[in-house]
Formats: sequence, C-alpha cells, structure tokens
Amino acid sequence: MRFTRPALGAVGAVGAFGLAELVTRTGLVDNEYVPPASTVLWRAVRMCGDTEFLTQVGGTVRVWLTGLALATAAAVALGLVLSAAPWLNRAARLVVELLRPIPSIALIPLAVLTFSTAAKSETSLVFYAATWPILINTLYALRDVDPVAKDTLRAFGFGTVPILLRVSLPSAAPFVLTGVRIAASVGLVVVVSTELVAGTGEGIGGFLMQSQSGGGQPDYMLAGAVWAGVLGLLATGVFAAVERRAFRWHGAGTEAEA
Amino acid sequence: MLEITDLTHSYGDHTVLEKTSLTVPDGELVSIVGPSGCGKSTLLRCVAGLISPVGGRVVLDGTPIDGVPDGLAVVFQDYSRSLLPWLTVRDNVALPLRRRGGSKAERRAAAEEALSSVGLHGAGRRYPWQLSGGMQQRVAIARALAYRPSLLLMDEPFGSVDAQTREDLEDLVLKVHRDEGMTILLVTHDIDESVYVGDRVVVLGRDPGGIRAELEVKLPSPRDQISTRADPDFVRLRTEVSRLVRGAGALEVPSEAAAEPQKESEPREEDTEET
Repeated sequence: MRFTRPALGAVGAVGAFGLAELVTRTGLVDNEYVPPASTVLWRAVRMCGDTEFLTQVGGTVRVWLTGLALATAAAVALGLVLSAAPWLNRAARLVVELLRPIPSIALIPLAVLTFSTAAKSETSLVFYAATWPILINTLYALRDVDPVAKDTLRAFGFGTVPILLRVSLPSAAPFVLTGVRIAASVGLVVVVSTELVAGTGEGIGGFLMQSQSGGGQPDYMLAGAVWAGVLGLLATGVFAAVERRAFRWHGAGTEAEA
Repeated sequence: MLEITDLTHSYGDHTVLEKTSLTVPDGELVSIVGPSGCGKSTLLRCVAGLISPVGGRVVLDGTPIDGVPDGLAVVFQDYSRSLLPWLTVRDNVALPLRRRGGSKAERRAAAEEALSSVGLHGAGRRYPWQLSGGMQQRVAIARALAYRPSLLLMDEPFGSVDAQTREDLEDLVLKVHRDEGMTILLVTHDIDESVYVGDRVVVLGRDPGGIRAELEVKLPSPRDQISTRADPDFVRLRTEVSRLVRGAGALEVPSEAAAEPQKESEPREEDTEET
C-alpha cells in the first residue's frame, strides 16, 4: 500500500493531464480561450519566477492563514464553552444552524462596508466561513470524550478545568484538526472568490481578474487557477502529515504488540 | 476505616442498591461479588464519590464522602479507555502525581518505580496502545500504586484479559496488598477470583440490590494459584459463594433472595451505563 498510493495518484494526475491535452489539441475546444494543458502548465512553472505574481500569492496566503488561525482559536474556545454549559449549547444551536449555511460570498458587501482595508474584509470572511466546520467538529468531539477517561482523573481528584485540558481537549484534537483541514479548503475558496468579486486587484483572485481583462490571457488565467489548486493541495498535505505524526495514537485502539 | 451506612441508589425508577451497609477496616482486601445488575459498580462509584447516592452515607476515616475523597485510586475494567493514549506509559502513571506536588523528575522517578513493581521495567517510554491488554492493565495498576492511595477501588479489573494474565494480575494485587497494606475493594463477577484474592467476600444480590452475605476467607497467605485453589477450604467457600450468587440459597440467605428466581436476560440500567 505504501508504494501504490502515491504511484496511483501520479497515474491519475498524468492521466488527467493527458486527457486535457488531448481535448485541447484535437480542437474539441477553442484554443483561443482554452490553451493546451501543456501550455498552461509551462506558464504556471514560469510564473514561479514572477515576483509580482508571487507577491499576490503571498497576499492570498496571508489572508487565508490569518483567517484560518483566528477561526481555529475562536471556534475551539467557543466549542469548549458551549460543551461545558449544555443549556448554552442548546440555546446556541439554532443560531449556529441558521448562520452556518449563509454563503460567505453573500456577506462580501457587508464586509467591504465594515472594514477599511481589503485584507481585513477578506480575512473576516475567511474567518466566518472557516469557523463553522471547526466549531461543529469541536462540539461533536467534546461530546464523545470517553467518560471512563474523565472518571479516572476525577477519581484521582482532578477538577473540571484540569480534566478539560488534560483529557477532553487532547482527545478532541484529531477531530478539531479534521475540522481545520475542511475549513482550510473552504477558506481558500472564500479568499479567492472575495478577491475576484471585491475587485481590488489583490491576491490570486486579483491576478485572475487582470488576466481576463482586455481580451484576456487565458494561459495566465488558468495557470493562476492551477496555483490556487496547488495551495489547497499543499494545505491538505500538511494537515494530513500533522495528523499522522501528532495523532499516531488516534485510532491505534487496543492494537497489541506481538 | 470505611463505613458505608444504609446506602441507597437508583437510576430512574430502578433501585440498584437498597439500604446497604458495610464496614471495612483499614488494610482489608474485600471482594464484592454478585450477578450483573446487582449494583456492585454503583457501590464502588458511590465510595469513589463519582456519583452521589440517593440515600445513606459513606464515611472514610471519619470524614463523610461528599465528592471524591483524598488518597483514593480507582482501577477500571476498561484499561484501554482509562489510560490516555497520547501520553507515554510513564506519563500516564506520573499524571495523577501532579495532585501530590513534587518536581517533574520526582514524579517520573516515582512512575518508573511503580512500573518496575508491576513488572513493567523499561516500558515507560512506550505508548499504552503498543502494549498487550494485560500489560495495559498493569500500567493502570501502576498508576494507582504510584499515587500511594490509602483506599484502592478496583472495578472488575481483570474482566477483559485472558485467563493466564488474569491469574498473574490476581497475584500482583495480592503482592501489592501485602507490600503496601492499603485497603482494597475489588468488584468482580468471578466467584473463584473473589475467594482467591479476598480477605472477605461480600455477596451482593439484586431486586433489590444489597448485601446477601459476608464470608470470612481464612486461607493461608501467600496464596498460590495451584495449591490454594485445590485447598478444601477454598473449594467449600467458592461453592458457598456460588450458591449465594445464584440465589439458590444457602441457609443464612435472606428468604427474598432465595425465593426470587434470577432474570438473566433482563437488561439493567447499570449494565448499559457501564458499556
């Protein structure tokens, strides 16, 4: 399994690339708007050396990660408070379920009005979108903390807060991280969309806007999109690696050693 | 000295313990045995202060138990859920010692010592899930020992390990009890085990839950898995306990326990709580 999974992934990527190349080369789609996959990829590679583009990517990443970090802190804190007070949790439930499905995009005008800079309004939208998956995962994880583990520490005389910090939080951590991973993908979509819609010309979204204006440079545009995808892939990879290393105990169960 | 007086507890309408009284002098190892649903775990949890009984009281060394008393350690049946998988074995054992103060080095040294005393020397840096079930339960016992409790409560501690490991762990508890001299309450549903480890066997019945009989165990110490179990006194005692547990009625059993046939399949609230 260890070798086959990355190998299969590579096969899939090459296959998809080949298919895209085929579709564009055979004239199935208009090359003027959709350049061949190889052209896009080559453009994407060359953009690595483009400092202006890199600055824009940096802006997107900064907004994205700041929003994600703030959302993680807020959602975990809120999750702890809500699960410590069941009545508060019940009272908050409806509000959460009402706010959660609101698309962040629908809040762009509000964010633009409320915050003075583009970066601030974008960060606030990432924060909004990223909070929910993390909060929901935190709540479920805290609800499912093993009562035997908690009782054990209680019997040793530990109080509510120490048990929260020493049992509940670590045991919830892997699920919280899964929430953060989901939130990261959502957050990236939100930053790029906001950059596109808000029209400040900043970030990857701003780059995409520029590349389609005035007749358009489709290879630049698609290469920009490829980079957005690469960012998402990197984030998922990093989170998965953290999960594997830090939470090795998770799911290990009672696996006995021979 | 542990004094339990008229302890009563119920889950909803179902009374699991009714006016149960038991006195345990310091340093005694009492086995509590009974059919499932007789309230043995409830009794232990009341003594641990993990649940507040509906009625009656528990007094430990003259102090009524209201909340978790000091100097108490509990070993649960489910070692894999009781140990924290993200901590190493040593850190698991050392964790409760934070309540006792002392430096990190001291706590670690105490943990290593306790691990050695249960035969797990050198396993401190591993993780609980890297160990076999029997070894994990040893870790749980080491954690209790390192804490140096005056009262050790064990809730079916060997219910989830294989027969050979079970015998080893029974002998470990007997050794710990000889060496440390703390008071131990050990809940079990295994009749042989209750006689083998106990200085005294308390038999609990159900409907309503309460003490049916108390039997002194005067078997020579140290006990031995082979010769003790072959001892005629052992055989007589285990037969008597067996009769009492089945409610078939030795003479001194109160009539209500003997008369009421046991309903084996009926689910009990206590059972669901334990799982």
